Amino acid sequence: MAKITINDDLCKGCGLCVGACPKNILELEKSRLNSKGYHPVHNVDMDSCIGCAFCAVQCPDSAITVER
Amino acid sequence: MAIVFQPTEGLTKKPLHYCPGCNHGIIHRIIAETMVEMGILNDAIGVASVGCTYNSYEYFSCDMVQAAHGRAPAVATGIKRTHKDKIVFTYQGDGDLASIGTAEIIHAAARGEKICAFFVNNAVYGMTSGQMAPTTLLGQVTTTSPFGRDASYQGYPINVSELISQLTGAVYVERVCLTDYKNIMNAKKAIKKAFEVQMSGKGFAFVEFLSTCPTNWGKEPCAAMEWLKEKMIPQYPLGCFKDTSNEEVKA
Amino acid sequence: MAQKRVLMKGNEVIAEAALRAGCRNYFGYPITPQTEVMHYMAKKMVQIGGNFVQAESEVSAINMVYGAASAGARVMTSSSSPGISLKQEGISYIAGAELPAVVVNIVRAGPGLGGIQPAQGDYFQATKGGGHGDYRNLVIAPASVQELYELTVEAFNLADKYRMLVMILGDGTLGQMMEPVAFRDEEPIETYEKPWACTGRGDRKEHNTITSIYIDPDVLEAKNRELQEKYKIVEENEVRYEAIGLEDAEIVITAFSTCSRISKNVIRQAAELGIKVGMIRPITLWPFPSKIISETAAKSNVKAFLDVELNAGQMVEDVRLAVNGQKPVYFHGRMGGNLPTQKEILDKIIEIHKGGNV
Repeated sequence: MAKITINDDLCKGCGLCVGACPKNILELEKSRLNSKGYHPVHNVDMDSCIGCAFCAVQCPDSAITVER
Repeated sequence: MAIVFQPTEGLTKKPLHYCPGCNHGIIHRIIAETMVEMGILNDAIGVASVGCTYNSYEYFSCDMVQAAHGRAPAVATGIKRTHKDKIVFTYQGDGDLASIGTAEIIHAAARGEKICAFFVNNAVYGMTSGQMAPTTLLGQVTTTSPFGRDASYQGYPINVSELISQLTGAVYVERVCLTDYKNIMNAKKAIKKAFEVQMSGKGFAFVEFLSTCPTNWGKEPCAAMEWLKEKMIPQYPLGCFKDTSNEEVKA
Repeated sequence: MAQKRVLMKGNEVIAEAALRAGCRNYFGYPITPQTEVMHYMAKKMVQIGGNFVQAESEVSAINMVYGAASAGARVMTSSSSPGISLKQEGISYIAGAELPAVVVNIVRAGPGLGGIQPAQGDYFQATKGGGHGDYRNLVIAPASVQELYELTVEAFNLADKYRMLVMILGDGTLGQMMEPVAFRDEEPIETYEKPWACTGRGDRKEHNTITSIYIDPDVLEAKNRELQEKYKIVEENEVRYEAIGLEDAEIVITAFSTCSRISKNVIRQAAELGIKVGMIRPITLWPFPSKIISETAAKSNVKAFLDVELNAGQMVEDVRLAVNGQKPVYFHGRMGGNLPTQKEILDKIIEIHKGGNV
C-alpha cells in the first residue's frame, strides 16, 4: 500500500513527475488552476501507487510527500 | 504506512521562484538532502552567485554568502581559508562560472582549494533572458546568437569539466544530469563524493549538472529534458573525468 | 508633411542611434536592465557586417572597446551599474590614452548587486572619475527616448572631436520605456581624422603608439596638464542644459533625466497653487552647467533650489558648489529603485514656499 500527497500551492504544473511515474497514474488537472495559477498534478489511481517516489525525486519544488 | 520521502530540512520553507520544470529545484534539493544525510548542514557555508539563483541564500538552510558575478570561487577561498573545518561550496550557472568567472574557477581548482564547486550548465543565460552562454551549442538560437551559434563568428562551446580536470589541484570532477530517477541518484552520489573529498582535505571537487531551461529554450519541461538527452549529452558526455582522491597529496 | 515616427524601446533606440552614427563595433555583456541594447546589436550589427561580440565579462568588453578605439574605429559598449564598476579600470585607461569611445550606463539601484529598478546613484562615479587618476569623461543625461537617439549620435561626434570617452547616463526607466521617435533622413555625422590610430604603420614615417603609461614624473605631469587643458575647452564649449521658467521662478528645481520629467508636472501643479517654480535640467552632467545655476542663484526672484534625484544626494553637491551659498539648496531623493511621486515633490515645494526647512 502506498500513497502520495501533493502540496497544491507548491506545484507549478511542470509535468516532470507525470513523465517520471512508472505507473502512469499522474495527470495535470486541466480543469482547474491552483493558487499560483498553474494546473496542478493529481494522482488519478492511488490504488496503483507503489510508493517508488520517482515523482517526488523528480519534482523541482519539493511538492510531493510519499508514504508506503 | 511510513513516510519514505518528504521535503528536506536542508531547504527552507520558502517556495522556489524558479520556472516550472527548471532543474535548479532538483539540484538545490539533492545538495540539501546530502548535507543533512552526511550531518554537515550546520557546518556548511554556501556561496550564492549571480543569475537565476541569485537568491539561493533564501532556500538553503545553511549559512550562505552572496558573491559578485563570477567571483564565488574567490569568495569561497576566503571563507574556507578562514574556517578550515567548515564545508564550503559554490553554486554557479554557466554565465557565472564559465564566462565572467573563468579566472576564478581555474585558479581555485589550480590552487587545490578545499571547496566544492557545483556548476549548473543549461547552455544559456537564464535570468537575463536567454543570451548565449559559453556552453551554448553550435547552431543553438539565443537572443545574442539570433541566427544560431556560428563557430566562425562566435567560436565553440566550452567543456568545463574536461578543462578543470586538466588541473592537478582538481581532485574530483564529474558531470551528471537529472533526467530520471537513476540519474538523479547518481548526481546525489557525486555530490556526496565531492563533500567527502573536501572533508578528507584532499583538494578541489567539481560537479557539473546538465540542466534544462524550459523558458529560454522555448520548450515544455519534459520536451526540454528530451532535448538535453538528444543534444547536450553528445557535446557534454556524462561521467567521471578525474578522481585522484585515493592518491597521496604532493608536497 | 508629418514626419514618420517609430514607437521604440529606449535601449533599442540607443543601439539604433549608434548604428546610424556609423558605429560598427559593439562589445557587451548581459545585465539587467540594458540587455536589449545587446540583443538589438546581436541582430542588426551582424546583419550590416559590423563587429558584435558578447564578451566573457564587462572587464573584457571595455578592453575590446579600448582595442577598437586604438585602431581608430567608432565603438560602443553598454552596461548597468555593477558592470560599469567593473569597467572603471578600462575607462581610466581609455581616458589616459585619450581614446574616443561611447559607454552607456543604464543605471540600476545599488550599492552592490542592489536591484534592477531605476536609480541615479552612479552620478558620482560618472562625473567624478569612477576609475583612478585625474580624468574626466563627457557625461550626457538624456530625458526621453528621442533624446536617447539624438544624444547618442552626438556622443560619437563628441568622442571623436575631443578624443574622449562619452558616457550616456540613462536609467532603467528610460531604457525600458517606449516612446515615439522621429528619425532623421540623414544623420549629422562629423568625421575627424585619426592620424594617431594604430592601423598598421604602412608608409608612415613614425610608428603610432597608444599608451597611458609615462614613468618620468615630469612627462606624466605634462601629460596630465594637457588633459586638463582639453577638459577646459570642453567645459567652455559643450555645456548643455534645459531651462524652464527662470525669469520669474521663486523656487528652482534641479533634476536630470527621469526626475526632470516628474518635476515638469510638479511645476504645472505648483503654478495652479500660485507658486512659481522653474527648473534647470542639466543635459551634460560633465561639463556641469555651473554658470547658469550660479547666475540663477543671484537673481532676486529666486528664493531657493530643490534638487530631486534617485539617490542619497549626489548632483546636489555640484548644485551647492555652483550656488555657492547664495540661496538655500534643498534635496529630495528616493532610492532602491523607487521614483518620487509628484505629490512628494509638490509637498516639499509648498513647504519651502512657506519658509519651512525641508
